[in-house]
Amino acid sequence: MNSFGWDWSYAISTLPDLFSGLKLTIIATFFGSILAVLIGLVLCLVRMAQIPVLSGLASFWIQLIRGTPLLIQLYFIFYVLPGWGLSLAAFATGVLALGMYYAAYAAEIFRAGIEEIAPGQWEASLTLGMPIPRVWTGVILPQAIVAVIPVLANMVIAMFKETALLSSITIMELLAQGKSVGSIHFRYVEPLTMVGVLYFIVSYTAARMIRRLEGRHAIQN
Amino acid sequence: MDDFAAFQAYLPFILKGIPVTLLVAFLAMCVAIPVAFILALGRMSPSRSLNMPAGFVIELFRGSSSLVQLFWVFYVLPFFGLELPPLAAGVFVLGVNSGSYMSEIIRAGLNAVPAGQREAALALGFSPQYRFFRIILPQALPLMIPPFSNSMITMLKFTSLVSLVTIQDLTFRANMVASSMGDSSSIYILVILVYFGLSLLLALLGRFLEAIVNKRAGRSISLFGSANPSRIPPWALGRSG
Amino acid sequence: MQSRIDPSGSQTLSPATGMGPALLSMRNVSKSYGDRKILDGIDLDVAPGEKVALIGPSGSGKTTILRLAIGLVEPEEGTIRIDGRYLWHEEDGGRLRRASNKHTRQVRRSVGIVFQQFNLFPHMSALENVREPLVHTIGLPRPEAEKRAAGLLAKVGLADHLTKRPAQLSGGQQQRVAIARSMALQPRVMLFDEVTSALDPELVGEVLKVVRDLAHETDMSMLIVTHEISFAIDIADRVLMFDTGKIIEEGPPSQVLKAPQEPRTRQFLRAILER
Ligand SMILES: Nc1ncnc2c1ncn2[C@@H]1O[C@H](COP(=O)(O)OP(=O)(O)OP(=O)(O)O)[C@@H](O)[C@H]1O
Ligand SMILES: [Mg+2]
Repeated sequence: MNSFGWDWSYAISTLPDLFSGLKLTIIATFFGSILAVLIGLVLCLVRMAQIPVLSGLASFWIQLIRGTPLLIQLYFIFYVLPGWGLSLAAFATGVLALGMYYAAYAAEIFRAGIEEIAPGQWEASLTLGMPIPRVWTGVILPQAIVAVIPVLANMVIAMFKETALLSSITIMELLAQGKSVGSIHFRYVEPLTMVGVLYFIVSYTAARMIRRLEGRHAIQN
Repeated sequence: MDDFAAFQAYLPFILKGIPVTLLVAFLAMCVAIPVAFILALGRMSPSRSLNMPAGFVIELFRGSSSLVQLFWVFYVLPFFGLELPPLAAGVFVLGVNSGSYMSEIIRAGLNAVPAGQREAALALGFSPQYRFFRIILPQALPLMIPPFSNSMITMLKFTSLVSLVTIQDLTFRANMVASSMGDSSSIYILVILVYFGLSLLLALLGRFLEAIVNKRAGRSISLFGSANPSRIPPWALGRSG
Repeated sequence: MQSRIDPSGSQTLSPATGMGPALLSMRNVSKSYGDRKILDGIDLDVAPGEKVALIGPSGSGKTTILRLAIGLVEPEEGTIRIDGRYLWHEEDGGRLRRASNKHTRQVRRSVGIVFQQFNLFPHMSALENVREPLVHTIGLPRPEAEKRAAGLLAKVGLADHLTKRPAQLSGGQQQRVAIARSMALQPRVMLFDEVTSALDPELVGEVLKVVRDLAHETDMSMLIVTHEISFAIDIADRVLMFDTGKIIEEGPPSQVLKAPQEPRTRQFLRAILER
């Protein structure tokens, strides 16, 4: 192995390990996203519903989560919760942390979507005599959710990139695989570069696809 | 030593991480802002030899994970003979990565200034520098400040990554102490609250900047309370109205 | 940037008035956006002191003509001269080549424009709006620039509003500030682009009066896009009717506005009067 320049055969030999890491990264992103969207929607609705105490708590929770680093939240769930009787596997910890963290963002995204609905929609529903819960579920939420899909999709891409943090709690996702391969061969150039390239390929193509779909959606309207 | 005694003993050690965290955030911001302006202006330039490289840097840094970029600079660059001290590596990656994201804020702000302003400035024979610094920028700044203050908070959180390349910031110190304690909950809760408090301070600083810039642009806003009132009718939220 | 040049070369006489060498002169000017041709081979001359009114339906290219005349957009084809100097070209041993930005900026200085949407600088007071070009474009010392700016604002009836920001002024007042500002550099050609069409009806009169006074008092050339027919009859020496990127009719107002020859002109005027 020459120590300067790029060693193709070594780079290619890392691929199986990196792909298994990428698979884990994508799975974590997938479950993290589902968690984030569901919790986010609940948080958003609880916050907007103006329930005494509860809405204030939701609002505080969103601010707290958004105001602290994901890494420290990850450590908290990983190191502290077991002591409180909640023991999770490392991978479940990672998914939970991603889900909780991005739920705070999803809540804000949903809120923006709801705020953006034209006042005329509310007024029209009122004049039609619809009960208020029905206005929410039948008129406002469907429109708001569709409207924020591109933003949520971009959030998922951001989450995908941030799953690299899970490497710090022993999860063998893409970055951890790259580091482990590199440490075995005492050579980080190829594996870490390939890790960056793989992240780039996935997130760049996903971002392009979203932009394309958004464009088509805009034309249809 | 019981955990509470340990907590007390370690407290000063952990709190010494605050200036480190703030220093990293500050230095990285000092890198990010000029980088963001350069990238935004490069991207907006009609010349291909400017907008192509700017676009490349932006896509490169936004396209992959920031932690991967940090490790790459930390572990790979030394292979090519460029060994940066951890602080420099951290500040560089955080700064350029955030700068890439912030360039979009700047671009959006500049683009939001009506085209007629540029045309009027051209028609009056102003120099390019005057047009940018005295006509376009003062109108774009108030639009950039709110997302910019968000970026400051993002940067603060972002700095926790440098703990993974041996810089002794808040996160690093918390982890180090926690690993030697039986129940580390008090340590992590403390550090979470410190980060949260710093975020709130930065948010306040952002509102402050917003108020200043808006005042210069002839508008006034309050330091507290939301800038734009909700468009949702009160009755929809269960209140009579 | 390639540009085809008319072979006839030097100074041309204004065809309509014969008042001497044209101050603004366009030859064979074409402009497209994408693959839509907005202006197609336009020839246009405005003599010193001449007031020319431009009429035509929406989207016919009137604004584009004005933007070309002050160099905000560059034509794909043809030449534009202000007071004999090419806006986009420099003569180089009998041939024309693309001029520097600095040259264009220099030539552009003899032209002023008033926009439909005013385009005042919102972060500056009325006085600053008028003063800044005096200080930064011509390099007048600040006190003198201030004095001259105040004089210009007084002339358009705004002596009491010097320190107000645009947002504190009515539309009519803003447009008058814009007129004063465009006068600051003492242009030899003034362009007006539907300067009253963004105004509430009751504010139109005060702005038209300022333009009318200006037209009668100064010997500036003016190119005025307007839908105010009686105003055009009053001040214009010549009227050009535009349609789909071409001048389809031209002549004195008594002819074009009162007894138009082209069916398209007649139809357009009828539509305007029936508003
Ligand atoms: N920057 C641009 N990009 C693309 N198309 C443009 C641009 N500017 C003008 N156009 C098009 O060129 C045509 C002529 O525009 P112009 O503004 O000159 O018309 P106008 O005669 O001034 O119309 P109006 O009376 O509505 O002001 C219009 O169809 C317009 O859509
Ligand atoms: Mg127009």
